[in-house]
Amino acid sequence: MIAIVNIYLKSGVLDSQGKAVHHALDSLGFSDILEDVRVGRQVILKLKSQNDDEARVEAEHMAKKLLANTVIEDYKIEILQ
Amino acid sequence: MSFNVSILQFPGTNCDADTEYAFKKYGANTKILWHKETKLSANTDLIVVAGGFSYGDYLRSGAIARFSPIMSEVIKFANSGGNILGICNGFQILTESHLLPGALKRNNNLHFISKYHYLSVTNNTNKFLKEFNNGDILNIPIAHHDGNFYIDDDGLKELKDNEQILLQYVDKSGNISNPNGSVDSIAGITNRAKNIFALMPHPERAIESSLGSEDGIKMIEAFLK
Repeated sequence: MIAIVNIYLKSGVLDSQGKAVHHALDSLGFSDILEDVRVGRQVILKLKSQNDDEARVEAEHMAKKLLANTVIEDYKIEILQ
Repeated sequence: MSFNVSILQFPGTNCDADTEYAFKKYGANTKILWHKETKLSANTDLIVVAGGFSYGDYLRSGAIARFSPIMSEVIKFANSGGNILGICNGFQILTESHLLPGALKRNNNLHFISKYHYLSVTNNTNKFLKEFNNGDILNIPIAHHDGNFYIDDDGLKELKDNEQILLQYVDKSGNISNPNGSVDSIAGITNRAKNIFALMPHPERAIESSLGSEDGIKMIEAFLK
């Protein structure tokens, strides 16, 4: 099973990289359509789990313990077959 | 009286030799401790988590070093009141280990900043800066990409109430001057019990006039008292 962990800075924590990318996209002519940009990190886990629930629990463990720093970051987990 | 300093070395640590040089110069016995060690010397007076790029700063600065074998001993040492100093990447490792509150984010301007910067002593009510007066100004270099200290409002209030903010970035005259976006221009903090101190600037790089400043000497000497 594949678990995709997406990690972003919490809202309220300044995302300097997102801001810089926003700026660059604005100057490329996308300012009319562009509302917000956030830059995060994606970790793709290949797991031996037999079912979605187990995969989600394990990915959650890994995210909390290492993949995200929950002082500044939130994460979302997506399970693929 | 001999003072024993253990300096942690992870793969990617690159300030261990400078740190050892500085502490030796001012009279400490020093030992560089490889991260795979599982024991501290029984007579350790101070652990220094030296600067560098442990594990290449992969994932987040300090995030992987935090799980090295020696760290469980460091955490035990800290929790039993042992003195720990974190410099730069050491600060990042100590926040990732939850031995210090907050986190170090990418600098607001996204640049790696390497330059001398003035600091002011914010609180001397701790063993690390007791030789200084509040408001003293020091010129000590910074060299980091992820030195932007973040803590939420409740956490910041706690730091202030307990006098845990030790150093702030200022200009030559002592006015706040923030190079990296740190909350409250914070350059160094302690934990609540005040036995763990970490700072982003490098006092070990400011101990000889040929290096541009000798303001690190008093700090290194004070750690040994």
